[in-house]
Amino acid sequence: MTPVAEFNLTEFRSIGRDDALIHFENVGLRYGMGPEILRDVTFDIPKRSFQFLTGPSGAGKTTLLRLLFMSLQPTRGLITMFGRDLSQIPRNELPMLRRRVGIVFQDFRLLEHLTTYENVALPLRVRGKEESTYQKDVIELLKWVGLGERINVLPPVLSGGEKQRVAIARALMDQPEILLADEPTGNVDPPMARRLLNLFLELNRLGTAVVIATHDLALMDQIDARRMILTEGRLDIYE
Amino acid sequence: MNEISRMRPASNPQAQPKRAEMRVRPTGPILPPSNIQGNALMVVIAIMSFLACLTLGAVSMVRATASSWESQISREVTIQIKPQEGLDMEATLKKARDLALTFVGTKQGTIMDDKATARLLEPWLGAGLDLKELPVPRLVIITIDERNPPDFRAMRDLLHAEIPQAFLDDHRTWVDRLVSMAHTTVLIGTGIMILVFVAMILTVIFATRGALSGNRHIVEVLHFVGAEGSFVATEFQKHFLKISLKGSAAGGALAALLFASLGLWQSRSIATPESDQATALFGTFTIDFTGYLGILATMIVIALLTTLTARFTVMRTIDEIDLIRSDPARSDGLPSS
Repeated sequence: MTPVAEFNLTEFRSIGRDDALIHFENVGLRYGMGPEILRDVTFDIPKRSFQFLTGPSGAGKTTLLRLLFMSLQPTRGLITMFGRDLSQIPRNELPMLRRRVGIVFQDFRLLEHLTTYENVALPLRVRGKEESTYQKDVIELLKWVGLGERINVLPPVLSGGEKQRVAIARALMDQPEILLADEPTGNVDPPMARRLLNLFLELNRLGTAVVIATHDLALMDQIDARRMILTEGRLDIYE
Repeated sequence: MNEISRMRPASNPQAQPKRAEMRVRPTGPILPPSNIQGNALMVVIAIMSFLACLTLGAVSMVRATASSWESQISREVTIQIKPQEGLDMEATLKKARDLALTFVGTKQGTIMDDKATARLLEPWLGAGLDLKELPVPRLVIITIDERNPPDFRAMRDLLHAEIPQAFLDDHRTWVDRLVSMAHTTVLIGTGIMILVFVAMILTVIFATRGALSGNRHIVEVLHFVGAEGSFVATEFQKHFLKISLKGSAAGGALAALLFASLGLWQSRSIATPESDQATALFGTFTIDFTGYLGILATMIVIALLTTLTARFTVMRTIDEIDLIRSDPARSDGLPSS
């Protein structure tokens, strides 16, 4: 594989920008007065692309995911999301952009007092949609991730793999253009990891760009996909 | 149906036995309905509501009593005739009464006879008083039409001109004092109500901040699924509206029940020393229909105030959380990787 992060920047921009959902250019970030967690990070996430984001612990993966999700502002550099300069977007418009991005956390972040069905339906509920308009779709999606029989179950009763699938279903519910997954296989056994990967691949085939942040080399070796490797805040990309 | 669901492989109906479709339970609220904090807030709101309604009822009671006193006093005026040597008291009393009754707005004139006057003075001068031996002023009571009172100044001038010993007392001083007392009571009551409301708003602000802090994980999840601040605020608003409605209804109902019980006790124990003492001190405990309407209005105001306070606090706090979350210079305690 060839590192592409050090490419000619002008050429890189012209290649990447047109079909890029997200574009980072010389992005740097530090928390408070601490050291820079991310340094001169430049990359694109093209439409319908599939990539792994990897690197050692503390390399800045979670921070990069938070930047991708518009949950954090960079200390420097330019980020464009869906063709718009993030620094120029008023804060009250950010939720609308976030709705175009699905996110899956390593710790699932499910609401424990809501059932599987209610957790998955949450993105549509916050958009103010009537339950009658989405109930069928939610149940169908739950069946698709293999949880058709667990719709009325509360998260504490679910296994790690089931929780992860609920979190994925929730992220997919409103058909995001890009899916960010933070260590989605971190809490599941290898067969379940393989199943989840197939789920992401199928989703990618249907047109969603996927970014999976993972440490799991075995998982990455299963498919030939773009790798974004973070090391001490610097990003190298292997196509 | 969404794109994903359309493109999913269709299940073969023959391969699997047909199962009954699972029913979804009624959708629960995004915020857990009750916790210890919520129950404590409900009790605080109930107490505040009870105090506010009690204050309102007490003010309404004092106003009613003062107004009744005022009406009783202003229903009559008194002409006082001071004794003087050589003055025919009985004839002067009659003359004063007749002069007063010539004015439009007077209804009836009663001369307080010797017995009535002696009874009036009995507490100070003892029984068996002979009024002829003492220079005691005598009274003529004139009942007046409250809606169309006579011209007191003209009556006073005429009486003074015709009978120099006569003094007309229209009880204006007492009425003014009563009106002033009633106004002071209303002012004090309003002050207490404002204090109760301020204390309640502050309590709700702390409770809302506490609830937000306790449910931070929910706020975070809502943020990640693309919820706008107004949606989160509406969810908290609904939560607090339920709590405040229950609390204010309990407090208001308790206050109304207290007034109703006291009124009932007073009406059942008329002419007993306890009831007379209570009536003399506080007036009647009964509050009228407007009083109960006031209690209802207080309950509604408290519920609305709580809900609005919760909404503004949530909007403000979410804004703060959003700012801190997005600003790496202020993201204290957040993961550095």
